[in-house]
Amino acid sequence: MTAKETIAPATNGETHAAPSSPARPAHGAALEFGKAWTYAPAPEAADHVRIDPRYELFIGGKWVAPSSGKYFDTVSPSTEQKLAEVAEGNERDVDLAVKAARVAYEKYWSKLSGIERGKYIYRIARVIQEKARELAIVETMDGGKPIKESRDVDLPLVAAHFFYYAGWADKLAYAFPGRSPRPLGVAGQVIPWNFPLLMAAWKLAPALAAGNTCVLKPAETTPLTALLLAKILEECDLPPGVVNIVTGAGATGAALVAHPDVDKVAFTGSTDVGKRIQKALSGTKKKLTLELGGKAANIVFADAPLDQAVEGIISGIFFNQGHVCCAGSRLLVEEGAFEPLLRRLRDRMQTLRVGDPLDKNTDVGAINSKMQLDKIRELVDAGEREGATRFSTPCELPARGYWFAPTLFTGVSQSHRIAREEIFGPVLAVMTFRTPDEAVEKANNTMYGLSAGVWTDKGSKSFWVSQKLRAGVVWANTYNKFDPSSPFGGYKESGFGREGGRQGLLPYLEVD
Amino acid sequence: MARAKDKETAGAPARADERENGFVPPARLSVRKAYKMLVGGQFIRSESGRYMQVADPMSLGGTKENVPWASRKDVRDAVVVARGAWDGWAGRTAYNRGQILYRLAEMLEARQGELARALERGGLEASRAAAETAAAIDRVVSYAGWADKYQSLFSSLNPVAGPHFNFTVPESMGVVGVVAPARPALLGLLGAVLPIITAGNTVIVLASEADPRTALVLGEALATSDLPGGVINVLTGRAAELLPHLAKHMEVAALDLHEVAPELARKAEEAAIGNVKRVRTRSIDEAAWFDADSATSPRWIERFVEMKTIWHPSGV
Repeated sequence: MTAKETIAPATNGETHAAPSSPARPAHGAALEFGKAWTYAPAPEAADHVRIDPRYELFIGGKWVAPSSGKYFDTVSPSTEQKLAEVAEGNERDVDLAVKAARVAYEKYWSKLSGIERGKYIYRIARVIQEKARELAIVETMDGGKPIKESRDVDLPLVAAHFFYYAGWADKLAYAFPGRSPRPLGVAGQVIPWNFPLLMAAWKLAPALAAGNTCVLKPAETTPLTALLLAKILEECDLPPGVVNIVTGAGATGAALVAHPDVDKVAFTGSTDVGKRIQKALSGTKKKLTLELGGKAANIVFADAPLDQAVEGIISGIFFNQGHVCCAGSRLLVEEGAFEPLLRRLRDRMQTLRVGDPLDKNTDVGAINSKMQLDKIRELVDAGEREGATRFSTPCELPARGYWFAPTLFTGVSQSHRIAREEIFGPVLAVMTFRTPDEAVEKANNTMYGLSAGVWTDKGSKSFWVSQKLRAGVVWANTYNKFDPSSPFGGYKESGFGREGGRQGLLPYLEVD
Repeated sequence: MARAKDKETAGAPARADERENGFVPPARLSVRKAYKMLVGGQFIRSESGRYMQVADPMSLGGTKENVPWASRKDVRDAVVVARGAWDGWAGRTAYNRGQILYRLAEMLEARQGELARALERGGLEASRAAAETAAAIDRVVSYAGWADKYQSLFSSLNPVAGPHFNFTVPESMGVVGVVAPARPALLGLLGAVLPIITAGNTVIVLASEADPRTALVLGEALATSDLPGGVINVLTGRAAELLPHLAKHMEVAALDLHEVAPELARKAEEAAIGNVKRVRTRSIDEAAWFDADSATSPRWIERFVEMKTIWHPSGV
């Protein structure tokens, strides 16, 4: 393989038929990346972005100081510098927010026609588009993800999500014909730190379109974009209390899901916390949707277009530092393709640029928090201890901040912790298989069932495998693609309920 | 019940000397049935040897009959069987599942009298028993028709903003544990189970405690239909004892609880978190089960499917 081939991967590594591989020379000299490939810094200008020193709670259309008087710091994981301090909401604040949402539901939101509701949501979508750059920068500063991703993936999807569901608001009767859909009332929504604003959009847009009012609890490490969204809602003249944002940590979220006047709980986060919420809600009439963890298998058959598969594997596990519930964290390779695929994969991994998330060339940003970094290290250590072989790219990591080099393990067995537990970091566990049945069996051998990938140039095999995989989203010859019109959600212990598409309205409606 | 009198089938009047002994042998001794549960297409007693007694109001002497009293191990055995039957059942074509369900209606129609009699012995008046049996058979016909139609209603082709062919389709969940309502004992059990198996799931159903015998008679009809063994498994026993075992079983994907007491339902929901079970609860009055329009709504099927979204790039 020549260096030229290696560093010029198909950018859209999925659609096009694989050119038959030219006869390649024996893989001789190790590829020299490193100094030859240093890029000049290309930082995104952030000087026009203003972050307030302190943020209050957004309740009933007003900025309200927390009743405890307590604030917590939100820091940039790439610099460990404090960005702002944020109110810590407690039970009393949650109660105020739920009351405000109830009043808003009865007084304003349920009285509006569908088209008027829709127009508010369209407004929100438009302002998000107008402020997309600023939001992307803050998302990157607060969460550590590369600006390339927040700018090109998160923010466009956020706006698209509001746009998509805005249009449903006056069409609910057609979504479930003959079944007179009705809103539920007040939705309590708890979201994670990996896609902070996108998860807010996934929760708020369908809930509002369906006619509910919301109390949203952002993750404690990434509250800023949700608070900027609150400012956008003000700017859009959304009736007070239709959306309330209560920042805080686990206790705040627990108070929200346990509040007796919440009709619907939607949670995205870990399976462990999801189970606790399911338990807390047992015996109540509250509706629940859970979007939990994953340990997705990415299956590569020997007849797959390998260069494109490599791009899909890379995006599957290193997108957003692997902080993705649907990350393709288990790579299953057909034995015949193992050696050529792994060689390309290791080469491609070394081209990934790890570092300053605000740099426009950065591929892999900062790990979201110290806690998450510790968890990744613990599992990677377990992988080494249990006998798997580790390969991490030899990249230089910045001195400050939380970082983890892109890593893959070979020699992994299904019983290893790195093959069973969700790492939620840039760590890939590689295993092999011989037959399609074995691939499916190994792929399904997990308590999770959120997503999966399959790579083959044979259409019938692709559909057969897609049908056999017990997962809510299957990417065939692609990976980590999202769209507001495309339902997303898990099988098994990855949760229940769907977000996105017509099906994503169902969790926010009562239908006969 | 070894000393039961079988008077209902006594033939000619007994002679005087026999009457003096207080014993009247019948002209022909009737053959009683040992009622058994249906698990994996096999008729079984409880492995525990336990039994419950149900009244037989049609006998003159107040006879009681024995029905199995399922144990925790019976539940666990049934789960293994239902899990084993799932792949095959879900893997059949929708058309074939519809054919099999329609065949079930044919088998029930032929046993209409027997099922109605079972309901009568369970305490219903003859006219109500006949009406319930007819409604139950019609329900089977209705779901036989749903088998290859709900998919088109739930699925979608999603207009994603990119060069992808993206669609969402319903799939089955796996093994579903059902607690059937007390009444109607036949229509309620079938009405609960049909939407679940129509969607490709397999079922373990805890029969009505008010009239468990009818469910066992139904089991005999199920066994003679083309329904593969293990798709519907019928247990009789106490829901309060058995439901917690279903609720915490890791191979059970979902629960469908009808008229389960709130405290028992809450405990089941709590135990269900072990594998994030989908727990559905429903309490409708007896008359509502007869409302075919609402009880055959696709919403009943939708509660027991998973939606799968598949992305495929399009390009050359």
